[in-house]
Amino acid sequence: MSRASHTAGDISLVFSGEAGQGLQTLEQLVTRLFKRAGYHVFSYSEVMSRIRGGNNTTRLRISSRRVACCLRRIDILVPLHAGAMARLREGITPETVILGDPAFIDAAYRDGSQPVVEVPLAEMAREAGGDIYLNVLLAGLLSGLFCLDEALLEDLIGEFFGKAGEDRVGRNLEAARKGYGRGSHVLKAGQVLPFPERSEEARRELLLTGVDAVGIGGLAGGCSFVSSYPMSPSTGLLLFYARHAQEFGLVVEQAEDEISAINMALGAWYAGGKALVTTSGGGFSLMVEGLSLAGGIESPVVIHLGQRPGPATGLPTRTEQADLEHALYSGHGEFPRLILAPGTLKEGYDLARHAFFMADRFQIPVFILTDQYFLEGLCTVDSLDIPSREQESFIVETDAGYRRYRLTEDGVSPRGIPGFGSGLVCVDSDEHDETGHITEDSRVRADMVDKRLRKIESVRQACIPPTLTGSEDFRHLVVGWGSTFAVVREALDVLKRTDLAFLHFSQVYPLHPAAAGIMKRAERRIILENNATAQFGKLIRQQTGIGFEGRILKYDGFPFLLEEVVERLEALL
Amino acid sequence: MDASDFDLPGPLDIAWCPGCGNYHILAALKAALAGLGIQPGELVVVSGIGQAAKAPQYLKTNFFNGLHGRSLPVASAVKAANPGLTVIAESGDGCMYGEGGNHLLHAIRRNPDITAIVHNNMVYALTKGQASPTSLRGFVTPVQVSGTCQDPFNPLAIAVALDASFVARAFAGDEEETAGILKRAISHKGFALVDIFQNCVTFNRVNTFQWFKSHTYYVDGSYDPSDRDAAFSTAVRTDRFALGVLYLGSGKPTFSECQGMQDTPLHRHRVNREKIAALLEAKRA
Repeated sequence: MSRASHTAGDISLVFSGEAGQGLQTLEQLVTRLFKRAGYHVFSYSEVMSRIRGGNNTTRLRISSRRVACCLRRIDILVPLHAGAMARLREGITPETVILGDPAFIDAAYRDGSQPVVEVPLAEMAREAGGDIYLNVLLAGLLSGLFCLDEALLEDLIGEFFGKAGEDRVGRNLEAARKGYGRGSHVLKAGQVLPFPERSEEARRELLLTGVDAVGIGGLAGGCSFVSSYPMSPSTGLLLFYARHAQEFGLVVEQAEDEISAINMALGAWYAGGKALVTTSGGGFSLMVEGLSLAGGIESPVVIHLGQRPGPATGLPTRTEQADLEHALYSGHGEFPRLILAPGTLKEGYDLARHAFFMADRFQIPVFILTDQYFLEGLCTVDSLDIPSREQESFIVETDAGYRRYRLTEDGVSPRGIPGFGSGLVCVDSDEHDETGHITEDSRVRADMVDKRLRKIESVRQACIPPTLTGSEDFRHLVVGWGSTFAVVREALDVLKRTDLAFLHFSQVYPLHPAAAGIMKRAERRIILENNATAQFGKLIRQQTGIGFEGRILKYDGFPFLLEEVVERLEALL
Repeated sequence: MDASDFDLPGPLDIAWCPGCGNYHILAALKAALAGLGIQPGELVVVSGIGQAAKAPQYLKTNFFNGLHGRSLPVASAVKAANPGLTVIAESGDGCMYGEGGNHLLHAIRRNPDITAIVHNNMVYALTKGQASPTSLRGFVTPVQVSGTCQDPFNPLAIAVALDASFVARAFAGDEEETAGILKRAISHKGFALVDIFQNCVTFNRVNTFQWFKSHTYYVDGSYDPSDRDAAFSTAVRTDRFALGVLYLGSGKPTFSECQGMQDTPLHRHRVNREKIAALLEAKRA
């Protein structure tokens, strides 16, 4: 791809440091700073599963348009410890500006052929009061470098460190100003790339992570109960709800294990709450019996499954899309389910809301299938719809003759809760009759299976259609799902081909009835997934008979980079 | 109220053997509930899997007959979601102490205002006679062919060790005393554990009705259930097993209190659009 045209509106900035250096604070400071200044930002951090040391990187894009994926190309690289550059060589181009302390810049890049800006960061931090000031120093340096209004920097530092007291704010401000001065100096020396355009539009956007989007969407969907056991990368959502529990009147409980977590969630739904569990692959394995219970007692439940690479412990802090089949086929017995997989932050919000609606409406388990990349990526989004009215509740007041499992035409029995009405609400994991009591009557058994499975048709009718983008007159069609939306979308923009389109699914099961027709229009279909066996491709083939001529798969623990998708598509087209 | 207020219209097809201790426990529970004036509609009985777990099938009540071992997490959440309900978790020794052992430990710590009733017959009956966590050492079964060589799980000692809110043991053969203990447990605020010895007429020929009669005694009026050391010594006795309320904990806050919950049930929870709007607005900064 032509670098010059691309960089004009879009700068790729990478910090590379050790765990414990405070890269997270730096990411928060810098993304807010640039957003407030009128840039679109996207940031993704990849970290090792450790508390100190190792090498963590934050990939930041500062852009004149909304961007939501990672680049391989690095325009400005800031190494923060010796050896920080080792894992980033493939992103370093002859134009990459390496900015930082001479001690951290690999000797290979200091022979004069590479643009290097030496800033004695370690010494400056020491002067400011120690290593903990490195973050604000860098935030200042970048502000100066990009010619941002110094007041933006000062306000942000006041907000960030205000709680820590005046002294702390003062010292941080001093360090930030020093950084700013140094950045301005570098700017004057003309050692950097052209800046992207700023806009009022970007300034007004929301800056969210996937966790924020799903979390707020869940609140909008009426979530009132969260029980979970911590497991990366799903823990962020538990933290989100814990943070907002008091304000929104939620019950949030860290369970003793995932088995307890999902059983609590089912108890909460039974008694009138709207519960969510958040987990990752291994934790979900422990929830599977509870999932089947939800199927058997026809309980709603919302399961947020944040994927990471498996099997077993796998790569705890990294990303993958390899638990689709886990979500799809888990649980003994036969019962309906719905699997949603947001591709954008807006979808994360909308689908979390939708998940509560669908779970409640059809009394089924609903999955929100995300991954580490989706959850922890930070991005700007224009706006999200506040629900205009109260989320509909499907709880009925019971009468004396209430039967929890009354046979109905669409299979959905009006759901009562104990203590609301004059009836009794009996649910049973054993096969049961209409009143909820144990039965081994074979006719009742068959009726109950039919009743439960009848709901699939209603769920199918409420399918969310896949999104088709790119050329309307396509011959080649890329098919993907979940978190790969933005990277494929941008790859299409780069490729500018008139014969290529992208079909993205944010509801992966059941499949939308129109999906097969769209896929059949293509001469060649390419499946793109962040896993090794094309799980969604297999599902499509099983459900529609449609196969794929090309596969773009990635399973090294990292998300797709833009250039990589462009190159692999070019190779297949 | 009368115990018969909790009868279901018959005839019931009951899955228990004639002479099973479960009948006495069911009768004692009905008497306790009637004695406390609890209406069937305000009661939720959560059970696991096993013969004991079928008890709510034969009781006029709301019930949640869930998975093996998992009654306590469900019951804890039911109470949290609607504090106005009386919530009982009822199951057998295998369900509560084996499959669900971890949940018991943490339910005691979490201290929801619920009552756990454990039918303890020292054997797995529904699966036809294997050792249970409470089987005594040497108990011979088709699996433990040379007799179980593990010491039995001691639920009461564990509960005292965890400073449980209410710890008691009853014997199903004494319906009146059992009903009295259950009344105290259900009206107690906080987590109450009631282990109930019962005979299994089909699969436990060692710990018979007579065996329980001769191996138990009731603590008397001089017993102080707030004395934790005494409670522990009593709980670890194995020559004869103590019956009655053995321990009353230090009055720690309940799960709902820790959650800062008001008495408003969660089904009255409403989406707060203004606060969501404010949350989003803050993300523009």
